[in-house]
Amino acid sequence: MSPLSEPPRESFRLNMLLNDTRFRSYTFQLVALILLVAAFGYLGSNLMANLRAAGLNISYNFLGDPAGYDINQRLVEYDSQSSHWRAAVVGILNTLLVAFLACVTATLLGVFAGVLRLSKNWLVRKLMAVYVEAFRNVPVLIWIIIIFTIMTAVLPAPSAFRGDAATASMPFNAFAFTNRGIYMPAPVFGPGAAFLAAILAASVIGIFAFKRYATKLLFDTGRLLPTFWPSVAIFFLPTILMFFVLGRPVSLDFPELTRFNFQGGINIQSPLIALWFALAIYTGAFIAENVRAGIQAVSKGQTEAAASLGLRPNRIMNLVILPQALRVIIPPLISQYLNITKNSSLAIAVGYMDITGTLGGITLNQTGRAIEAVLLLMLFYLSISLSISALMNIYNKSIKLKER
Amino acid sequence: MNKKVFLGALTVAGLTAGAAAAATLDDVKARGKLNCGVTTGVPGFAAPDANGNWDGFDVGLCRAVAAAVFGDGNAVEFVPTTGKTRFTALASGEIDMLARNTTWTFSRDTDLKFDFLGVNYYDGQGFLAPKALGVASAKELDGARICIQTGTTTELNLADFFRANSMSYEPVPIETNAEGQQQYLAGACDVYTTDASGLAATRAAFENPSDHIILPEIISKEPLGPLVRHGDNDWGDIVRWTLNALIAAEELGVTSANVEELSAGTGNPEINRLLGAEGTLGAMIGLDPAWAKNAIMVGGNYGELFEKNIGENTPIGLARGLNGQWTDGGLLYSPPFR
Repeated sequence: MSPLSEPPRESFRLNMLLNDTRFRSYTFQLVALILLVAAFGYLGSNLMANLRAAGLNISYNFLGDPAGYDINQRLVEYDSQSSHWRAAVVGILNTLLVAFLACVTATLLGVFAGVLRLSKNWLVRKLMAVYVEAFRNVPVLIWIIIIFTIMTAVLPAPSAFRGDAATASMPFNAFAFTNRGIYMPAPVFGPGAAFLAAILAASVIGIFAFKRYATKLLFDTGRLLPTFWPSVAIFFLPTILMFFVLGRPVSLDFPELTRFNFQGGINIQSPLIALWFALAIYTGAFIAENVRAGIQAVSKGQTEAAASLGLRPNRIMNLVILPQALRVIIPPLISQYLNITKNSSLAIAVGYMDITGTLGGITLNQTGRAIEAVLLLMLFYLSISLSISALMNIYNKSIKLKER
Repeated sequence: MNKKVFLGALTVAGLTAGAAAAATLDDVKARGKLNCGVTTGVPGFAAPDANGNWDGFDVGLCRAVAAAVFGDGNAVEFVPTTGKTRFTALASGEIDMLARNTTWTFSRDTDLKFDFLGVNYYDGQGFLAPKALGVASAKELDGARICIQTGTTTELNLADFFRANSMSYEPVPIETNAEGQQQYLAGACDVYTTDASGLAATRAAFENPSDHIILPEIISKEPLGPLVRHGDNDWGDIVRWTLNALIAAEELGVTSANVEELSAGTGNPEINRLLGAEGTLGAMIGLDPAWAKNAIMVGGNYGELFEKNIGENTPIGLARGLNGQWTDGGLLYSPPFR
């Protein structure tokens, strides 16, 4: 009679690392990891040794030196005595600006074209097909250059606005469309402008509150309030009213023709316009296809069910189809946004001073610090792209199918 | 493009493991031809003709060096470089020498670890403006839009000039000369600025060159010259003395037409030493005794190269000015061949 003994406890032996299936995979993974780290370490040290041998030492001290060059489009204070780092910041902001503008425009364009591609109207459907095929099958660099060339060649030079025999004129004396860009009035904020801005912010909050109230009313009582016109009214009326009550605290600064150029007002330069539109229409064509695919992925039964409930086509699209389609549309949309950000580095083709133009262009060239500048550029694009992905993933999670 | 340059630099840095300091002359001889960095195309200085043969003032220097080393002015591989890629190309060993309108500056000579070997063109930065603009001086350019090639010293000079004169301007960065020309002619910028020689070359290509003036102000010193990597003095000597040989040849009256005849021996000992009839100057830099003769034969002396490519009888139409021999009031002054 043997007492029930515990199963024999095998003590750990070294050969179990290879023979025991519990450990074997870890062993191999560890070995592979060590080899990988060693390989990268070797490549890195080899690179450093050779760079040193070639007299190229890696140093980022140049970022503190005065840049010495000027940049035409600055969103922050900058002059030729600012540091190279400051010039890089100006470039980063310019990149972000054009990427943001292009992302918004491409999305609007893409959704619009994507929905219309499924229109029942033959002409509209085919027109949108032509847009998609024409724009996504020509490289974006070509589009940038085409738009820029057309702008510089077709629009008049500022000198055409001069004199009695001027061949060009300014609409409302406020806008000038020249081959150097578009000039328009700029707001000048006087005392009381901050209060006005606060009113505007309050109106926006008011719109959201109103929409929530309308939704709640709909769910509670089934009564459907109109939301569009009241929203417009909430947005504009209080601000306009206060504008006059406060005695017009915001005035306009009109662009004026000086000896060489228009001065004053806001100047949207032609490189920005060319880059912005080219990126928007090019990527918009891809987004249109994503949207179409997303809509078609929603089963037709949904449309028919919604229709049988008496919903109108517009409401079917907005309340039933699009919310479901978004789940299919968002993931590829993320990569389109990343594409826009990365393609914005083609800015140099039209002389738009983005980060590739300042840090990766002039700074790189004036200091000769090619490797440092390019590493910094890679780091910048990587972090921007990862941030965009992270934000979009959060949004994607929020609209995911919620299973209750 | 920058990423490509970077990867290229990495690859080259990886491949030439430690060989960067080795003798460039041996590499060139083993390869059988010289890799010479030039511009992507500036008429008169370096541009390929209709048959793809490179021609121009800077190209002439590349061919002279190739002739000094190999006795053959065609043993050159011309590598077009932009303002951005030129230094990386030279530092990584992709090219053996750079002859590309490159301004000799302190930081390029020291911090970037290059050796400038002399000056083959004394230039200065100027402004090109349409006559219709009614501008007579660069001091009147306050508020103007100025087209400027990025990645050049001209960009920095421009900022300095406007700051020193308390004027404002709007820079329009452009990548190549052709792009600058197009923008300038379309009126997208009021003024185009670059080295005065480049402006003359650009204006020569206009439909109506007389509608445009080059403003009188020259706002900078731009000594343009060939350069090599720092650290290989033997190779640097060869390029330096090839340039000096071309300059000395003009001073001594040696031309491509009479060099053959003079090399047999003359009454002038300096000519004899230069052309290898006397002394062992060639052996001192590890070349054939006829090195200078070959270099002069391929395109002529400095003056001949100048007249043929950018002189007053060419469309570029540049006067010798500062680039005359010191005996004629210019700055060209070759150390003695002794």
